[in-house]
Amino acid sequence: MGRIENISLAPSRRAFIAGGTAGGLLLAFHFPVRDARAQEEAAAAARFEPNAFIRIDASGATTLIMPQVEMGQGVYTSIAMILAEELDAEFSTLALEHAPPNDSLYGNPTFGIQVTGNSNSIRAFWTPLRTAGAAARAMLIDAAAAQWGVDAASCTTASGEVRHEPSGRALAYGALADAASRMTPPQNPPLKDPNDFTLIGKSLKRFDTPDKVNGKTVYGIDVVLPGMKFATIAASPVFGGKVARVDDSAARRIPGVTDVIVLDDMVAVAGEHMWAAKKGLEALDIVWDEGANAAVSSATVWEDIRKASESDGVVAHSVGDIEKGLKDGDLYEAAYELPFLAHATMEPMNCTVRLDAASCEVWLGTQIMTRVQSTVAEAAGLPVEAVTVHNHMLGGGFGRRLEPDMAVKAVRVAKHLNGAPVKVVWTREEDIQHDIYRPVYRDTISASLSKGKIVGWKYKVAGSAILARWLPPAFQNGIDIDAIDCAVDMPYDIPNFHVEYVRVEPPAVPTGFWRGVGPNNNVFAIECFIDELARKAGTDPVEFRRGLLGKAPRLRAALDLVAEKSGWGEKLPPRVGRGVCVQPAFGSYIATVVEAEVDEQGEVRLRRVTSAVDTGIAVNPDTIIAQMQGGIIFSLTAALYGDVTIERGRVQQSNFHDYRMLRINETPPIDVHVMKSGEAPGGIGEAGATAGAPALRNAIYAATGIALRRLPVDRDVLSGRKKA
Amino acid sequence: MPQPKRLSINGETKLVDAPDDMPLLWVLRDVLSMTGTKFGCGIAQCGACTVHIDGKPVRSCLLPVSAASGRAITTIEGIGATPAGSKVQQAWLDLEVVQCGYCQSGQIMSAAALLATTPNPDDSDIDAAMAGNICRCGTYVRIREAIKRAAGGRQT
Repeated sequence: MGRIENISLAPSRRAFIAGGTAGGLLLAFHFPVRDARAQEEAAAAARFEPNAFIRIDASGATTLIMPQVEMGQGVYTSIAMILAEELDAEFSTLALEHAPPNDSLYGNPTFGIQVTGNSNSIRAFWTPLRTAGAAARAMLIDAAAAQWGVDAASCTTASGEVRHEPSGRALAYGALADAASRMTPPQNPPLKDPNDFTLIGKSLKRFDTPDKVNGKTVYGIDVVLPGMKFATIAASPVFGGKVARVDDSAARRIPGVTDVIVLDDMVAVAGEHMWAAKKGLEALDIVWDEGANAAVSSATVWEDIRKASESDGVVAHSVGDIEKGLKDGDLYEAAYELPFLAHATMEPMNCTVRLDAASCEVWLGTQIMTRVQSTVAEAAGLPVEAVTVHNHMLGGGFGRRLEPDMAVKAVRVAKHLNGAPVKVVWTREEDIQHDIYRPVYRDTISASLSKGKIVGWKYKVAGSAILARWLPPAFQNGIDIDAIDCAVDMPYDIPNFHVEYVRVEPPAVPTGFWRGVGPNNNVFAIECFIDELARKAGTDPVEFRRGLLGKAPRLRAALDLVAEKSGWGEKLPPRVGRGVCVQPAFGSYIATVVEAEVDEQGEVRLRRVTSAVDTGIAVNPDTIIAQMQGGIIFSLTAALYGDVTIERGRVQQSNFHDYRMLRINETPPIDVHVMKSGEAPGGIGEAGATAGAPALRNAIYAATGIALRRLPVDRDVLSGRKKA
Repeated sequence: MPQPKRLSINGETKLVDAPDDMPLLWVLRDVLSMTGTKFGCGIAQCGACTVHIDGKPVRSCLLPVSAASGRAITTIEGIGATPAGSKVQQAWLDLEVVQCGYCQSGQIMSAAALLATTPNPDDSDIDAAMAGNICRCGTYVRIREAIKRAAGGRQT
């Protein structure tokens, strides 16, 4: 098994400039040798670096540079498989390396910046990585053919060597590295026929697992620097509040406390270890100026969004005649509401900083390398080139690490420590109470049924426009394309179909991406209402969906398979129900059935989950199964427990006792069936996170007849103690 | 500063200067730079910090270092040297349990402690031993399978 280098090279050492081509491949060229680096360059001369992703040295050691970050989704292994497939490298000896921050070399083709998110690593990099591997392979072949004086077309490659079968000759890639580095990169190298894949499609062992079972993996929070201080922080418990005054006399008496740092909106304590910092922070007597948000509560947030969602939104999509369509049958209406959610990555927010007058280095795990670099530069008052970002394995991302706030806060602390390196670690309480939350959403739907078919469907999303803050150029004409994802491209065939978006920003509470993003909200509302309509039509929920999926054959096939595998239609005990969810999210076509029991007290017991997945070509099928299993648990956790509530401008939850996670004793068997497909790969990291909640809610509906329209599941409603 | 504490960690003796009330978690991580043991919650709700004290699983985030002194401390860095620990690690590899991996030190420590006392655990034994360990990536299905595999040796 290969190894993963926990280093990131400074951009100056990479000796690349970007040379993008029409095909999107980020081919790069060597800079002329400069005096200061002559020696290093000489040593590197025998090295073959055909592009930003591949490096082969004279010994044959092959290093693949990872443009996307590893947060558990298995992407390092999948990326390596794609590159190695086209390169015909020896897979078992590969070394992987985190990419340094560099948008032009490692930018995600979908976003234009270096970001890992939206389940699109494999989707976005599928062709660029294959092309990069194939181009490198072609250059190695050219080098060998020239050396042998044979036609390149007569050469083949396998396991890290070029072979010439007619003469029985072979040369290892390492022996060809120097010569290959002088070959011209081909513009459109031929890609393999998928039938010839030897790696892609196999369930291969992940590169990152061995060091994760023995404690060796270094996450951002594990970084150790000589002379490092340890710090922890408290931001104003009321969003937007300021520090009024601090009495630090008790804190300074705690052994090990070295610094108390009071900033305008946060306070930090640094010391010889986290224990001193934590005790010191607890010993501070802080008076906050709570400011304008002190009156915000969940009640006011919901009042605002309900009111806003009654008004007309911006039309995002419209087909047919919606007014007529809604009059052409029996009209039904419903509204669905989803709460604020925290990410609660198991590795709490943290960042380690070394700052001096001329430069800054940060160590962390992030989904946004270049944005961390630029925001750190701004916070430190340094040029971007003076900031080095060392990325690490992420102890969970889920969208939380798409924000740079933990790095910026750590730099603000470091500024007051006279050059001493500092590791800033948030307590779990700080992590839960200063997250950037999945927004509240309210979705209103009107639909008409005629002869058992839906003839009109009017859908309105109300919620935050995360993209307007996070990627402003993507926010066009008042529409957040993430907020309406899976609503405008609903798979059901309905003649009169209309989608609107109402932007509502909750006061005070910062909102951001959360695993499953826009589809998470829309698939829930759509699949819930489809189940209610099926019942109005007197049709089985699977049959009802089948009848609407005439134009979505991949999804219909997934639905058929999950119905078979889940035993759909087979008799169940009283108070037990099965619920189904189908979704076209992230370019994957997935149908999921949850089987659950609801007892007299309204407690829900999960019995079984079955999922059928068409994600196109499955690069590493076992990873896809793992992502579905984990994503479904993430979704069921939210459905059963996830609820961040606000009182007096503060988040009320603080740790895992009141922001609960599903545990192993509550987890049912989860069977995932990966379907054969020759289509381009779809996304999978978030697909499960969209599937569990609607399927569970529909199982509860089947078991009890109660149509829940809010999450999390309200046990009082299910027991009859409270009206729905 | 009180007297240096003598700690036995993975069979080695370490002398550390630390306040009596300092949890073992921070002694391991911040004094000894043994970072395999993870901080997750600080209130014994998540199990990421699980270590063994005299073979029993303990949440090190709440265990004062003074209470660990003189007892046999085993951490993720040393668990592979125990028969149960090495079986658990191998089963974790065989079934590709891990995703982000951050909680897995604690999961493996809890699972190894279970197998050391209950060589053939049933589902309820697994529930009881593992319910204190949260995995946000949701690897529970494979954790259950891997414990059964470790219990049964390599034949499954």
